[in-house]
Amino acid sequence: MTEEMAVGCTRPGGGPVDETQNLTDKPETDPNTTPKEIKQMIQVGHKAPDFSAPGYQQGKFIDVKLSNYFGKWVLLCLYPGDFTFV
Amino acid sequence: MSIDSVFVHKMWNDNELSKMVDGGVPFPMLSDASGKIGRLYGVFNEEAGVENRGRFIIDPDGIIQGYEVLMPPVGRNFNETIRQLQAFQYVRKSKGTEATPAGWKPGKKTLKPGPDLVGNVWKEWQTKMAFED
Repeated sequence: MTEEMAVGCTRPGGGPVDETQNLTDKPETDPNTTPKEIKQMIQVGHKAPDFSAPGYQQGKFIDVKLSNYFGKWVLLCLYPGDFTFV
Repeated sequence: MSIDSVFVHKMWNDNELSKMVDGGVPFPMLSDASGKIGRLYGVFNEEAGVENRGRFIIDPDGIIQGYEVLMPPVGRNFNETIRQLQAFQYVRKSKGTEATPAGWKPGKKTLKPGPDLVGNVWKEWQTKMAFED
C-alpha cells in the first residue's frame, strides 16, 4: 500500500497525481474564465481528487497515494501546522 | 496532512504526540509543503499560507461523502466525525434502502424512504430524537 521513501536534503511535498486536476496552477488561457471559476471546488458525491504525498508513520518515511486506499473508508484531515495548539 | 515537512512530523510525533497517544500517531502524517493538495481540496488558507481544518470522509469507491472545513482556532469534534462515518457505513450496507435521520447513532432508529413514508415521518420520528443520546 505504501512504499518506504529515501530521504534527502530536499523538503519533499505532495501534489496531485494528475496534474491537470490542479487547475489553479494553470495559465489562464480562456479569457472567459475568471480565476475564481478556475479554482476547483470539492463536491460531495464526486470522486476525491487523487494525490500522492510523503508521510511519516511509526518511525518510517513513506510515500502515500490516496487511490491506494480506495477500497477502504478514508478520513482525510488537514490542519494548520505541527506544534500549533488546537 | 499539513504544510510541515515529514521531518517536522517526526519531531512532533516523537516529542509531543507520542506523550498524548500510546505508541504515537498510528496513521500516516502527510506533508503538503507546497499547499497544492490543500488548494486542490479547497482548504488552503492563502492569507496565512497554511491549511484550514478540512476533514473529508471518502468511501471505498473514492467518493467524497462529506466534508467539514473550520478556520484554525476552533478544533473539531471527532465524535461527530465518527458518528457520520458510522452513518455512511450503515447506509452503504443497506444499499441505500435506509436513511439515518438527524441525531442518529448506531442502535437508533433509521427510516426506510418510500411511498408509505411520505407525510408519515411524524409517526416514525420525533424532534426530540435529534437531541437524544
